[in-house]
Amino acid sequence: MLAESVSLAELSRSIQSGAVSSEAVTERCLERIAQRDSAVNAFITVLADEARAQARAADQEIAAGRSRGPLHGVPISLKDLIDLRGTPTSAASRVRRGHVAARDSVVAARLRAAGAVFVGKTNLHEFALGTTNEDSAYGPVHHPLDHSRSPGGSSGGSAAAILSEMCYASIGSDTGGSIRIPSAACGLVGLKPAFGEIPIDGVVPLSRTFDHIGPLCRSVEDTAILHQTLAGESRPAPVTARELRGLRLGVPRAYFFTLLDPEIAARFEEACARLMTAGVILEEVTIPHAADAPAIYVHVALPEAAACHAQTLESQPQDYTPNVRLRLEMARYIMGEDYVRGMRGRDVLTREVNAALHGRDGLLLPTLPVPAITLGAATVAVGASEEPVRAITLRLTQPFNITGHPAMTMPCGRTAEGLPAGAQLVGKQTLDLLSVASAIERILQPT
Amino acid sequence: MTIEEWLENALRDADRRELPALKPLLEGLAKSTAALRAADWNLDVSGELPETPPEHAR
Repeated sequence: MLAESVSLAELSRSIQSGAVSSEAVTERCLERIAQRDSAVNAFITVLADEARAQARAADQEIAAGRSRGPLHGVPISLKDLIDLRGTPTSAASRVRRGHVAARDSVVAARLRAAGAVFVGKTNLHEFALGTTNEDSAYGPVHHPLDHSRSPGGSSGGSAAAILSEMCYASIGSDTGGSIRIPSAACGLVGLKPAFGEIPIDGVVPLSRTFDHIGPLCRSVEDTAILHQTLAGESRPAPVTARELRGLRLGVPRAYFFTLLDPEIAARFEEACARLMTAGVILEEVTIPHAADAPAIYVHVALPEAAACHAQTLESQPQDYTPNVRLRLEMARYIMGEDYVRGMRGRDVLTREVNAALHGRDGLLLPTLPVPAITLGAATVAVGASEEPVRAITLRLTQPFNITGHPAMTMPCGRTAEGLPAGAQLVGKQTLDLLSVASAIERILQPT
Repeated sequence: MTIEEWLENALRDADRRELPALKPLLEGLAKSTAALRAADWNLDVSGELPETPPEHAR
């Protein structure tokens, strides 16, 4: 059932041609939420009445010849740290109890103008400070393919909602990998655009230096539609796939391949073999200080998060989940001089990723070193070693939050247990990245 | 302030604030801070960044 899901773009063509109505599609999404979400817990707020009204309006406009483009009438969701006027923005925290957004965030306004139908606000790791969604005032999100596992985080509700066919796409945030990690764990496409490309006004912040907003969906074509809309393009244009033969991709093996689950590594190498057969040139590259990324990340992201939360840590500490509160409290001890050192590290890594991309069309590496993680686990086995869940899940994605390069994940096969693996593509500019992704998307997946 | 001095003060403060669960996190943070300060590009924070070769292909 899950494998038969159609993409946003396919659905859009059906709505635009009149083969299906937005109202009928939206109703099916709401039915699936009612049937499936008690087991998955993807949604914090379901906007059933509002979605039905938006869908009816979309059908009327399209029938009258006033199509707003490919998102018109398409049911989507928003991670519940993105303001949508008239609805709560909980950030999955009791700290924000009683909050109701007075206006749309910039991204919600752009999606609304494009005619998207908002079916609800999705669950997340509290304040996006974690990668499993276990620390949420609304309870953990469960992986739709195996309810004992996490769908990854922090945008886990978004990924689970798409995989459960409760919506056709979702908008998430990514400060250390929070779009790419759940997308990889759920076999979806997820894009972290270039830093600063999508406005974050009206989004609950975590780290102003590393926060990014982007889409989770089912295909590169869907990603391009959503990315252009989020970037303010009122009429998204199709992305033209690059010529496959002669594409030149760098594969950064040092650091990035030293801690990989054997099945994740195998799926990636198989995808590389298919790409080379198709004429793609893969070259090993190095990012000399990649191993410094975790320390750089901690000393920049966490003080910024602590600054955002200082007031409520003092006034209502009991309203945070225990783990998130402790992590924010820890962050308050980081010294200013070490924040400056971290920012210097950001410059070093940025220069090194630029150098690795020089003369190439992108970098290719795994997204998440392990398959979807069992809920409640503190560590995960990676080959012969036991690694902390937080560190291993962020390991391959956070370097590109530090550098700000656009990065996206695409599915590249499954483990023997049927859990998805993801391949990460990193580029210089987001539209170029999407052109390359469009070329390699089908080859990454085994037939 | 050395990392050792910082950690000693931070642990004492965690005790004062009756947050014992914070202490393992602070110990982990101290290791991360030590790694950050030991990075070769950080040995002279006031200096220019080291040159990055334009090409890293092997």
